[in-house]
Amino acid sequence: MTTVPEVLGALAGVRDPELDQDLVELGFVTDVAVDGDAVAVRLRLPTFYCAPNFAFLMVADARRVVEALPGVEVARIALEDHFTADEINAAVDRQAGFTDAFPGEAVAELDDLRLLFQRKALTAREGRLGEALLAAGRSEAELASMHLDELPPGPDAERCVQLRAELGIDADPRGPAFVTGDGTVLTAEDIPRFLRFARLVSRSLEGNAHFCRGMLKTRYGLTDEEVAA
Amino acid sequence: MYEKDGEQYFVVDGHVHFWNGSAENRNKWGEGFIACFYDYHRNLSPEEYVWPKEKYDRYSEEDMMHDLFEVGYDDVAIFQPTYLRDFFPGGFNTTEQNAEVAARHPGKFIVNGSFDPRDGERGLDELRRQKETYAIQGVKLYTAEWHGDSRGWKLDDPAARPYFELCEELGIKNIHVHKGPTIWPLNRDAFDVHDVDPIATEFPNLNFIVEHCGLPRLEDFCWIGTQEPNVYGGLAVVMPFIHSRPKYFGQVVGELLYWLGEDRILFASDYALWQPNWLIEKFVDFQIPEDMQSELGTISTEQKKKILGLNAARLYGIVVPEEMQVAEPAGAAVGSEPVSPA
Repeated sequence: MTTVPEVLGALAGVRDPELDQDLVELGFVTDVAVDGDAVAVRLRLPTFYCAPNFAFLMVADARRVVEALPGVEVARIALEDHFTADEINAAVDRQAGFTDAFPGEAVAELDDLRLLFQRKALTAREGRLGEALLAAGRSEAELASMHLDELPPGPDAERCVQLRAELGIDADPRGPAFVTGDGTVLTAEDIPRFLRFARLVSRSLEGNAHFCRGMLKTRYGLTDEEVAA
Repeated sequence: MYEKDGEQYFVVDGHVHFWNGSAENRNKWGEGFIACFYDYHRNLSPEEYVWPKEKYDRYSEEDMMHDLFEVGYDDVAIFQPTYLRDFFPGGFNTTEQNAEVAARHPGKFIVNGSFDPRDGERGLDELRRQKETYAIQGVKLYTAEWHGDSRGWKLDDPAARPYFELCEELGIKNIHVHKGPTIWPLNRDAFDVHDVDPIATEFPNLNFIVEHCGLPRLEDFCWIGTQEPNVYGGLAVVMPFIHSRPKYFGQVVGELLYWLGEDRILFASDYALWQPNWLIEKFVDFQIPEDMQSELGTISTEQKKKILGLNAARLYGIVVPEEMQVAEPAGAAVGSEPVSPA
């Protein structure tokens, strides 16, 4: 039989695709209950009107990772306090896709949407890493010839490797450190403009994440300890 | 008008509402909507400006006049209608109601209209009526609005083209664009602002004011802004971060100055979400934090004057007293050369 910490550990592997941060850290998981080989998870979001496509991905991903745990037969994920909670919960429960959850309102599954935000997430991480390297005195030309395994170690570099693998971009340690969201390798000439834009993407994503955390705190009357803003 | 340290600032509040979110005028979707709006208000306002929920649902005309013009420093405020009839059966904030209020306070308000391309021919007639009746110079478009089974629309939908053509013909020059969480089809990113790009190119005589600067897609908005000279950033929703997250506010304003330049940024309180009084006081005192200045530069008094009122006055033909004008010519944006998007 699995345990609550194991379930939370699995859920920490699910990200809000829009923010590139994990559900547990964001404070979106309100409850986990284990009953034999059945697991029940409750989720909440910062607003009643958070976008249904991202919400669907989180609920479906949560079910997938929890059911991948040894000893789990079925996971029921209940998104709460959301305008499309019924549609999403029912569709994920019957293992249906997004178009099935919203007949007539969606024309495709969410793979393209996920890819789009993985690209943004990669660009944002590179923007932060590039900024740190430049601040540490490295030149833009040096950045252009840097290898992936030469990025400053830490969560940003690890996530870059992970995202590149997910996006099908060369993640070889000796591959180039800086690439665009679609995998194009950047030359020394491209680097300054790319990094300037990548920093903007990074600020945009970080700003959104702070705002979402703030809204969640306000909505549920949480303290700073419960959700780090 | 706001005055500080011998400088006078003419204020055009580019986005205000007089909404009715009361219990008598909402269904369960409307209840969720106004509750979400209230969380925005509580989350980002200084404590002393947070209203009780009942007042927030439906404040009075006196409250609004007091907050905008008596203590709020607004010279002119622009009413941006939001219908949301699927949530608020009587309409959340309609042009009709706004025009009545504006008529009682001559010179204080500009009344904008709106359209929804899903209304077809009838909607075009309605737009003509709005022009004739209210002499509108602008429209507010809410692409996430529900309409029967539809959960929204895009600016570059073929059905929208005749509406933009009619706007051009009638001299409705200012198109305020507001994104929300839903759009058809629902699998697409609803907050995406890329549909502004082809339309802004196709209609160079119209001005596209993207509300809250495309947040949460600031990067996409800035990217489009570098290429389309008739795209503007409205600071509704961006402004209140000046209190709760000044560093983030500095980043956003610094980025907007870099990518769009000082002539294409418009102040707005988004009243009653937030009140112009404290937003304007803090903005005039604001500077880009020192540790960001090497990259993002600083913001000058002249730039603040343009953002607080002169830019919107230019778009709407509002006469500004000579002593509140700036002498400085238009400044080009540093980042207006195209770069590779992410």
